[in-house]
Amino acid sequence: MIAEAGLAALWLAAALCGLQLWFGVAAIRNGRDDLGAAIRPVAIIQGLLAMIAFGLLVWLFLRTDLSVELVARNSHAAKPMLYKFAGTWGNHEGSMLLWVMILAVAGALVAIFERRLRKDTLIATLAAQAAIGIGFYAFLLFSSNPFARLSPAPAEGQGLNPLLQDPGLAFHPPTLYFGYAGLSVAFSFAVGALITRDVGTVFARAMRPWVLGSWIFLTLGITAGSYWAYYELGWGGWWFWDPVENASLMPWLAATALLHSVTVLATRDSLRAWTIMLAVIAFSMSMVGTFLVRSGILTSVHAFAVDPQRGTFILGLLILYIGGALALFALRIGTVREGKQFQLISREGALVANNLLLIVILCIVLLGTLYPLVTEALGYSVSVGPPYFNTVAGPLALILITIMALGPLMRWRRDKWRNLVSRISLPVLAAALALAALVFIVSPIGILPMLGLVLASGVAIASFAPLWKRNLRRTPMFTFGMVFAHFGIAVALAGMAFESAFTEEVLVASLPGETHAVGPYEVTFNGAEPIAGPNWTAIEGRLTASRGGGTPVVLQPQARMFSSPETETSEAAILTSWNGQLYTVLGNSDGDGRWQLRLWFKPFVTLIWLGGMLIALGGLLAMVGRVRRERRTMERELYA
Amino acid sequence: MKAKHQRLTLAIIAVVAVIGAGFLALIGLRDNAALFRTPTEIAAEPVPPGQSIRLGGMVADGSIVQQADGVTIDFIVEDGEAQVPVRFSGITPDLFQENSGVVAEGAFDARGTFIATNILAKHDENYMPPPMEGMETAGNDG
Repeated sequence: MIAEAGLAALWLAAALCGLQLWFGVAAIRNGRDDLGAAIRPVAIIQGLLAMIAFGLLVWLFLRTDLSVELVARNSHAAKPMLYKFAGTWGNHEGSMLLWVMILAVAGALVAIFERRLRKDTLIATLAAQAAIGIGFYAFLLFSSNPFARLSPAPAEGQGLNPLLQDPGLAFHPPTLYFGYAGLSVAFSFAVGALITRDVGTVFARAMRPWVLGSWIFLTLGITAGSYWAYYELGWGGWWFWDPVENASLMPWLAATALLHSVTVLATRDSLRAWTIMLAVIAFSMSMVGTFLVRSGILTSVHAFAVDPQRGTFILGLLILYIGGALALFALRIGTVREGKQFQLISREGALVANNLLLIVILCIVLLGTLYPLVTEALGYSVSVGPPYFNTVAGPLALILITIMALGPLMRWRRDKWRNLVSRISLPVLAAALALAALVFIVSPIGILPMLGLVLASGVAIASFAPLWKRNLRRTPMFTFGMVFAHFGIAVALAGMAFESAFTEEVLVASLPGETHAVGPYEVTFNGAEPIAGPNWTAIEGRLTASRGGGTPVVLQPQARMFSSPETETSEAAILTSWNGQLYTVLGNSDGDGRWQLRLWFKPFVTLIWLGGMLIALGGLLAMVGRVRRERRTMERELYA
Repeated sequence: MKAKHQRLTLAIIAVVAVIGAGFLALIGLRDNAALFRTPTEIAAEPVPPGQSIRLGGMVADGSIVQQADGVTIDFIVEDGEAQVPVRFSGITPDLFQENSGVVAEGAFDARGTFIATNILAKHDENYMPPPMEGMETAGNDG
């Protein structure tokens, strides 16, 4: 019954979504204000129904109802409760239902909270949101029904990919989906404003919290995904330029550009056409990300099923929405009046330069990600990895970060180089000191990590410059947000540069009792023992690590064998200290009592994820600060 | 500068930037994309030493030899017609074994040994590089 109720809720939600689209079109084209007035409640109820459908699927997974095909294929009664719950979206159908649910709820939230926008623009926005939704409902109902029954019900389920059985990963996909769906709202706002010719500051203010919100979620999702790959795969790397990682990076790059241009539009009324274009690009990248991950054309832990029909369906939706939006853009953009002017040397100028660089990097990542698919179609196979992305995108990213440090130090509209020079003296001094330290004290390192460290020190100082000589109590919260986010970039950059320049690695076959030095640590191998967990068995290495004769710490890296489905994973044991991480992996036995050990000391590697969290925190401060100020302005207008 | 001109200037700069990005990407891809090669293809058309490629095939029966240091192995990748000697230092994936599919990332040294920096083995039925699927059957037949 639960499955049938879920399916009914899903059909009803899809029907309401169609209604929402129809009402919107009728209101805009034929002036049916009665239908226009009904669009808000319809959007809210549609959001509720989608939540109910998703809630029922979660319930089926929690009960391990094996008569439902999806549960039988992806769950197992013996699985820990957390993974039964997270397993709901650890598969194709469930994750698409989660996508649609978030999409519908985002539309409902717009319907509930958006009060500033012109009425017709809001109606057009909700209609656009419904147009996106209906495609995904069709996708779910016709090619990926999560509630399909299985008869007869099997005695036991097939289990969840053990790599996905990890608390960090349980919440990684929803985080990214919140980001993707938030960009769908930004897209709908852009389409709505184009339709009603209402591109201006009010529209930008309505769109901004959604861009900021999805940007925060994308930042968190990427940071969490990176840390997961780092400790779960046991390869010691934190970014592999895997297509799936790129699928989350590309929307982030576009959202970063959009975030800055929408701020220019909201506060300076410049970059109107530009902002609309970026909103289209940002959502396109979410769709491309979904397509790459969900179509099954990529083989990775993320590709749940290879089904050409599904890939074609998502590709069709992608072309329909992006093509439609671009056509609308081409038709209408001539009617959007030009925004306010600015000089090249100004904060707007720096933001435009940054936007361009972000888009250039986005193109490079996109082409690198799609290239193997293109050559595959041409009959030969290539792989594009770190050598391409690092050498092509790396230097551009460093220029981008340099401009990022300079931008906030410039005045709006127009500025002079001479004034800028005096403002950047302190950051330049910091960068010069870092350069001197690296050249004269530390052993030679690669050019990119060296530039990275030099730049990180300069940017770290420069990011605080906007607070210089200001009354901190009267500084708006969103300025602090910018400072934190930019400082976070410096922190993450420092972590990346330290990790790539100064990592020490030891790879040995060790007898019990032997000690190996890596970084500041002495690591002693005390043997390996079999152990058992709830749905796995493992060989566990016993290591003790001590630093400078200090108290030894026990580390237990494992090689795990899962029973359903049968898979082996490597669980690294990591010891974190103030200046880095000791990362240990247990390998295979050679049969004569020796065990392979792989030990890394990665100095300041934690700065990478700390920086990511600082960036997200900066985004949060900016969002709260903006929303609070908007509310205050609105109240003032009400009482005036 | 007139209002129309600023938008036009920005649009032109944007188009130039995107085209520039395309060029950068193509040059980068030409130099840095690693080709997927089977032993037969390598026998027909040798890959110059130092150029990174992905080598795919089956681990030949009885070919895995453990070196004295305990972490280096030598083995042979074959595809039924040709063979390539491979050396790898590191922890092999759990499913790396003789008579099963493997993809090795790395480059040839001057003496014609393939020095692998990374090894991918067949994880499970759901995780398999597409070019390997045909080979798996070939290996089972032979």
